[in-house]
Amino acid sequence: MNASEQERIAKLLKQALPQVTDDGAQLGRDLWPAMLQRLRQPPEPAPWLNQVWFDWALLAALAVWLAFFPAAIPVLLYHL
Amino acid sequence: MPVLEQLSPGGLGQSSQGRSSPGQSDVLRQFARGELDAFEALFRRHQSEVYRSIVAIVRDPALAEDLTVETFWRIHRAHAHFDPARSFEAWARRIATNAALDYLKSASHSFTKNTRARDTPDPLEDLPQPPLPDPAITQEIRTRTAQAFHQLPPKLQVAATLALIEEQPYKEIAATLGISAGAVKLRVFRALRLLRTKLKQQGIEP
Repeated sequence: MNASEQERIAKLLKQALPQVTDDGAQLGRDLWPAMLQRLRQPPEPAPWLNQVWFDWALLAALAVWLAFFPAAIPVLLYHL
Repeated sequence: MPVLEQLSPGGLGQSSQGRSSPGQSDVLRQFARGELDAFEALFRRHQSEVYRSIVAIVRDPALAEDLTVETFWRIHRAHAHFDPARSFEAWARRIATNAALDYLKSASHSFTKNTRARDTPDPLEDLPQPPLPDPAITQEIRTRTAQAFHQLPPKLQVAATLALIEEQPYKEIAATLGISAGAVKLRVFRALRLLRTKLKQQGIEP
């Protein structure tokens, strides 16, 4: 890709993407009230907390399965 | 002395040499200890700059305001990891870029889904259009170019936006993204090459 081609694509991009006007580039209001509101919100539970029960259930199911079918252990190890 | 008064009006929490003045150092140390007053002082001092760095990437003022709050939320959570001897400005800018990047990743995912869901997609129709467009470039070409651009990997989008549209120096972008200037050049080149391929697939000869 040569320099003129790069310039053409850059020009095309400038035309295609939304421009940030001078007004838009400046912060129009104080965001501290919004920040305070965010700080006062109770912390969201970590994503892993929502899924950890599923991991444990899967592990338990695997343990039960292997207990009933111990011959499956080499097959499982092969596929790991 | 009140925390807000410890920040001089001209600086950004750091002197031009990247070192903090005594008053600024106090604020940064108080922030690192988790004091809300110090956090507020830094927020009020840096919110405009963080906003500007985000709006340059996402190009949507309302969204940039939300992401500014999100950035400072991350900053607040990570206060214990902040080293007061280092530049708060650079640290905040890095976190802001990551927040914008995370948004682009999620937006890219939903954008792809929307594009697939609609036969004649125009997800950018609600965004403000550039003023005084070149008459040689039709609206359809602009829309298709924007669509192609938003299909690029978010990291390439950020590098290309800052380098080609904002025309920031590679060194500055490198500091913002936490990568080398060479890596920035590579990302911009990859973005251009991918974009050219996608445009040609759509019958647009750049």
